[in-house]
Amino acid sequence: MSIDLKTIKHISKLSRISLDEQKAEKLASDLNSIFEFIEKLNELNTDKVEPLTSVAETTLKFRSDEVKSENIREQIIKNSPENNEDFFVVPKVVE
Amino acid sequence: MSDITNQSLTSLVNNIKNKKLSSEEVTQAFVDRSEKSKELNAYITEDFSNAINKAKKFDQNPNLDLKLPGIPMAVKDLFCTENIRTTAGSKILKNFIPTYESTVTQNIWNEGAILLGKLNCDEFAMGSSNETSFYGNVQNPIDNGLVPGGSSGGSAAAVSGRLTPITIGTDTGGSIRQPASFTGTVGLKPTYGSCSRYGIVAFASSLDQAGPMAQNVEDCALLQEVISTYDKKDSTSIDFKRNDHSKELTKNIKGKKIGIPKEYRVEGMPKEIEDLWQKGIQYAKECGAEIIDISLPNTTYALPTYYIVAPAEASSNLARYDGVKYGFRAKGENLIDMYEKTRSEGFGAEVQRRIMIGTYVLSSGYYDAYYLKAQKVRKLIKNDFDEAYKKVDAILTPSTPSSAFKIGEKKDDPVSMYLNDIFTVPVNLAGLPAISIPAGHDASGYPLGLQIIGKAFKEQEILNVAYAMEDKINFKNKITDWWIK
Repeated sequence: MSIDLKTIKHISKLSRISLDEQKAEKLASDLNSIFEFIEKLNELNTDKVEPLTSVAETTLKFRSDEVKSENIREQIIKNSPENNEDFFVVPKVVE
Repeated sequence: MSDITNQSLTSLVNNIKNKKLSSEEVTQAFVDRSEKSKELNAYITEDFSNAINKAKKFDQNPNLDLKLPGIPMAVKDLFCTENIRTTAGSKILKNFIPTYESTVTQNIWNEGAILLGKLNCDEFAMGSSNETSFYGNVQNPIDNGLVPGGSSGGSAAAVSGRLTPITIGTDTGGSIRQPASFTGTVGLKPTYGSCSRYGIVAFASSLDQAGPMAQNVEDCALLQEVISTYDKKDSTSIDFKRNDHSKELTKNIKGKKIGIPKEYRVEGMPKEIEDLWQKGIQYAKECGAEIIDISLPNTTYALPTYYIVAPAEASSNLARYDGVKYGFRAKGENLIDMYEKTRSEGFGAEVQRRIMIGTYVLSSGYYDAYYLKAQKVRKLIKNDFDEAYKKVDAILTPSTPSSAFKIGEKKDDPVSMYLNDIFTVPVNLAGLPAISIPAGHDASGYPLGLQIIGKAFKEQEILNVAYAMEDKINFKNKITDWWIK
């Protein structure tokens, strides 16, 4: 299997990471060598194996749905690159 | 090297408790040495003057019943620290100042320790050499130009170079044990669910665990007992009875059954690693342990499995870095363009590579072939350990397939870099505890480590085996202070 430039560009779009041609070519070559290494798994027949979903064989604990932190607006907004009053500011999305 | 910075954590704790040393004296000594050690680049953020003020305050009214009374400590920059910048080694979090504290660090401060600063690491803990950090690579105190390992490279260098008495790292595929092995220090990766992940910058949530890194096994046991708590804020934290590790520590491992997995004798492994392993087997026997040959047949599939599972989880965890809620933002012509440029400029090459791998293996049409396949193989790998543990109490292997390599040596070859974690990754996939202890030197005088893997929740068992073996090994780290002018 080989990952071509078209696939790289598709993954880059899904990942929301912009790429120039040079970076895309480097990534294609890196990913191909990594996937060549990953393909080793195909040697194994896993038809009858249940996938592992958690290493800890415990069930998740229930907890009551309660508000634990109140009035933390300021804390939440504090690290945003751009904000206005209580809102995050993003580039215009509606014309 | 001052007398103070040479001491073990346990000895510093005793000296503070017996009022032979004040917290201020100890903190000042580590601050001074850290100041002289900039060349190592172990710190991303220093908090030295606050540390000294906190130490003075501690001395005014010292609570000597605490487990870490007035002990200064630097921590990996992957743990959120309230009001102290936390970068995860990334440009994208360059200005991030958490408004909350991670549970693990909170546990440490609750026992009286004082933050010295935040230690360098690979970006988002993705790396085995600390070379992927946006804040530059870290020098290994063992020799100039040598990597300290990764991702907890700054942590390992800081303990080995005596810039902090002890520290914490995180381990997703070997990020505590491999750097411990490269720097002649002790590192424990606890059982998955033992230490809370709350407030740790997430990499691969089903694999990430925090753990102690120390000069010796006794110190490591003490810190593990402080950081391991059940935490409601982490839904995967497990409520089990935790040991008083430092009190229960014993060198008596007579009759313990230790397994030697033949599959860890990998092709191309240097002879000195094989010799080290044989020496380890001999030491374990001298301690009264019984050596049993075992098989972990799917070991060879662990790394390929890891390089599907970890990037897949990382790609979804790192989706949150979008330039809106926190962190770096690049200018864009519209919202999508802003997202794409922010992530392209904010993440380094290795992180982008892993996000892309993860996105690909989870994408439509490939999920079954890669992600589901990997989760099935992961089950087989876990089954191997379950089977082995019917016969043995612990497993002994080398920690890494080589000693520390040169800065730049493997940087451009991701697969050769990934192979570093060949002995450590299976442990994360199975959620088990494992400790790396220094056990010898290679021909260049660089340290080599042995790994002891335990059953889930049996940290005490592997700490005991490590404690007994440490005594026999009698390892001396060769630190020349080359970086101190």
